[in-house]
Amino acid sequence: MATTYRIAVVGDWESVMGFRALGLDTYPISAPEEARRKIHELAKTNCAVIYLTEQLAAKLPDVLDRYKDELRPAIILIPGRGGSLGIGKDNIQNSIERAVGADIL
Amino acid sequence: MPKLNVNPTRMELTRLKGKLRTAQRGHKLLKDKRDELMKQFLETVREVRTLRAEVEEELMTVHGAFTVASALMSSEAMEQALLYPKQSVELTMGFQNIMSVNVPVYDFKTKTQSDSDIYPYGFAGTSGELDTAVDALGKVFRKMLKLAQIEKSAQLMAEEIEKTRRRVNALEYVMIPDTQEAIRYINMKLDENDRATTIRLMKVKDMLLQEAIEEQKERDAKALKTFNAQNT
Repeated sequence: MATTYRIAVVGDWESVMGFRALGLDTYPISAPEEARRKIHELAKTNCAVIYLTEQLAAKLPDVLDRYKDELRPAIILIPGRGGSLGIGKDNIQNSIERAVGADIL
Repeated sequence: MPKLNVNPTRMELTRLKGKLRTAQRGHKLLKDKRDELMKQFLETVREVRTLRAEVEEELMTVHGAFTVASALMSSEAMEQALLYPKQSVELTMGFQNIMSVNVPVYDFKTKTQSDSDIYPYGFAGTSGELDTAVDALGKVFRKMLKLAQIEKSAQLMAEEIEKTRRRVNALEYVMIPDTQEAIRYINMKLDENDRATTIRLMKVKDMLLQEAIEEQKERDAKALKTFNAQNT
């Protein structure tokens, strides 16, 4: 419990800059490849929560899958400046389907 | 008939019966676990949905506020204003155990205590809209952290439910029927052996009897012969 963790925000500069004022670690990245590398790198450090913009997440489904079952880091999608793409909601839907075996809600 | 290569012995039968009992007990327990997990999961998911909708909506408002702020300021000034944060957030992570699934519980501490003291810039060079935007973001952030916690919980629980479901199904549709089949097979084989033994015994008895009768007949014949010889 004594260990403290970091919260990272990964996304394009406009979406991310506000979080910097709150004291989160921000990584303004717009290239998917770079973001992929960064997330893997962050996962190895003491980073517990990564907020990722949906715009980037759309291009990195493999990364989301990779960390879905790990306790840390939690990758949480947030809408970027361009608006919500509904991926976050789709992911909830997917996890329901995965658990129940059918879409029930 | 799948994999019936068991030895039809009593020892194997006892072993299989034990196995079946364990499997049935495990099946019941896992089923209970699955049902309870599912209940918790659906609750969590419902929460995630509403919270996510809220967070997304509020974040869009915040993004809008930042857009307005950046329209009123040069991007250099804005970047400069936000470049060096005054606030810093420390996250501690604990665990909560829901039906043997470890889910994270986040708790965060900010370096500066008051909420109004988070602006990392002097007010002179920046517009008021930026203050509003940062302020609003600070409020959304609490919800975002809550969202992170329950969404991750939901993901982890989904994984556990999937695993448990598979185990339950494997037990229900493969393990238990197979074992029952094997037990039935052994029972039948043993009964068959019993019958075979009985028949064999009866057969042997018959043969012995037949032999005894033949012998008796022979002896009778011999006696008759000697009797006849003496009388003539």
